[in-house]
Amino acid sequence: MEGYLMVAFCFCTCYNIFQKGKECENYMSFISYLINGISLGSVYAIIALGYTMVYGIAKMLNFAHGDVIMIGAYVVLTVITGAGLPPAAAVLIGIVFCTVLGILIETIAYRPLLNASSSLAVLITAIGVSYLLQNLALLIFGANTKSFTSVVKVPSLVLAGGKLTISGETIVTILSCVVIMTGMQLFIKKTKAGQAMRAVSEDKGAAQLMGVNVNGTIALTFAIGSALAAIAGVLLCSAYPTLTPYTGSMPGIKAFVAAVFGGIGSIPGAMIGGILLGVIEIFGKAYISSQMADAIVFAVLIVVLIVKPTGLLGKNIQEKV
Amino acid sequence: MKNIKKMNKTTKSNLLTYLMVIAIYAVVQILVATGNVSSLLQGLLVPLCAYIILAVSLNLTVGILGELSLGHAGFMCVGAFTSAFFSKCMVDVIPSSGIRFFLALLIGAATAGICGILIGIPVLRLKGDYLAIVTLAFGEIIKNIANILFIGKDSNGLHFSTKDSISLGLEEGGKVIINGPQGITGTPKDSTFTIGVLLILLTLFIVLNLIHSRSGRAIMAIRDNRIAAESVGINITKYKLMAFAISAALAGVAGVMYSHNLATLTATSKNFGYNMSIMILVFVVLGGIGNIRGSIIAAIVLTLLPELLRGLQDYRMLIYAIVMIVMMLFNWAPKAIEMREKLAAKLKAGRKKNTKEAA
Repeated sequence: MEGYLMVAFCFCTCYNIFQKGKECENYMSFISYLINGISLGSVYAIIALGYTMVYGIAKMLNFAHGDVIMIGAYVVLTVITGAGLPPAAAVLIGIVFCTVLGILIETIAYRPLLNASSSLAVLITAIGVSYLLQNLALLIFGANTKSFTSVVKVPSLVLAGGKLTISGETIVTILSCVVIMTGMQLFIKKTKAGQAMRAVSEDKGAAQLMGVNVNGTIALTFAIGSALAAIAGVLLCSAYPTLTPYTGSMPGIKAFVAAVFGGIGSIPGAMIGGILLGVIEIFGKAYISSQMADAIVFAVLIVVLIVKPTGLLGKNIQEKV
Repeated sequence: MKNIKKMNKTTKSNLLTYLMVIAIYAVVQILVATGNVSSLLQGLLVPLCAYIILAVSLNLTVGILGELSLGHAGFMCVGAFTSAFFSKCMVDVIPSSGIRFFLALLIGAATAGICGILIGIPVLRLKGDYLAIVTLAFGEIIKNIANILFIGKDSNGLHFSTKDSISLGLEEGGKVIINGPQGITGTPKDSTFTIGVLLILLTLFIVLNLIHSRSGRAIMAIRDNRIAAESVGINITKYKLMAFAISAALAGVAGVMYSHNLATLTATSKNFGYNMSIMILVFVVLGGIGNIRGSIIAAIVLTLLPELLRGLQDYRMLIYAIVMIVMMLFNWAPKAIEMREKLAAKLKAGRKKNTKEAA
């Protein structure tokens, strides 16, 4: 099913490229928009992965996920400019920081509410955490926009005799997305911890009876999700080098749209949804209206919810009484 | 006196809520008349009324319906802009400010309600937290649209544009009504504190009567157990949509209040953005989810407190966030509930002992 969809998607794009190819000028700009879209979509996919895993396992919408991205980017920036460490070390510190932050948030704010009578409780708490992170960043780093120095040191790729340039950031983003997705898929399918995650996501009580450490598994999910958020933050800010306390919230929401689009709870779904959404957003910006690009993204969400609420790859779960 | 004793509990509670609002109104009027209210606080009175209406209407969605709306400021924005547009167009046609404001109210409420229905139809039939994210998106989109919309009027009628005011192509003598990021200037200042309090009472009347009606009980049944409600034949989507649309329309009313108090109405992230939606949510959470009276008190306290304690201004949002997390943990965590019950039992036992000893 996934394969067919990908093939169909590629076919459609190729056909479009062929159609557009008739006018050569537009052809190159079209390709460059497409690549930009895939690059942005890769970032969305990495963020969406964190959303989708947490949603699948803890059955909660982690609103603070987008803000962890922003915190990760700030930490990396501070380490690079403040301590003068090389970018690779800074990214590593950022990842560790966000992982610890994710576990802390889960233990303090979410775990006590996991069995609360109303699912609204944990949702509102998540919004509170998101708001807290934003305002903490506002107090610590200030409201001014900071320019993020790109951590990617890969040279740009020049194709088609200089007509098409693919920046190093784009290449690294797309590659890391592919690596992360494959890695996560293997982790979930092949390792013991991954198996535990799948078990918890299916039935928490039964998993506990089988000797799975449910709380530990949920904490691990948050840790992985937050580490991915840190990576996404670095990639996002390398491509779009401005950083404010609100940087994370919009990409966070869009990544949620991507997760719903691909089918919430599914890892390949997060990837397909993320990339499609990135392409839709960039094309919307380029060909329709730059101001309405966000609206187009959310229109996608509404359409998905009307036509197929389970998303492209989501499973339809029967409600049992 | 006998009549009061005969009344049932809900009627008494409702009456208390109305009386509280009227009492606060009387106190404020006395304070204003004796000159004890600074002009800064007087300027806050009408927005405060709007906030109270918003808090009550959001409580309808969060507390009674059990869904989360993060775009309440968006509905407010819709109400504010449509009604301000109407009032500005009609300022010459309808000279009486009372009738004009009444019509503006109807228009603002209707458009916000229609937006609520349009959003609700695809989302409310689903299970899960989709409403939160879709309303959040809606709030942001509405804010964006309000910032790129240009509408002008001349003898040929209305002109629309999304570029700038020049591309409207107005004739000489035509005037720009909505001027993109500059918003609407010169809306007639029709809303006063008294009208605000009347609207609060009206909102309370609508919400409290809805809650205690047959429909209200159906809505609460859906909140408590969706499957059970469905199995006794309650039309889930219909009742959810009803509650949400009413909530949205009331938010629109708040927007009308808000816009008719401002000389310049612009859509910024401060007044119609995400922060505003969160602020109203904090009112609801602090006042108690599902507790209408609590929302009113929380809205008053949280609006006036930061103005009185100027030094806290920088930390206001931070405090809001912490209030939200702590309140949720304290009120909803199973362990916290257990602990509270134990504590209450201990206190009760202690009190009994004391009374026995005294006797």
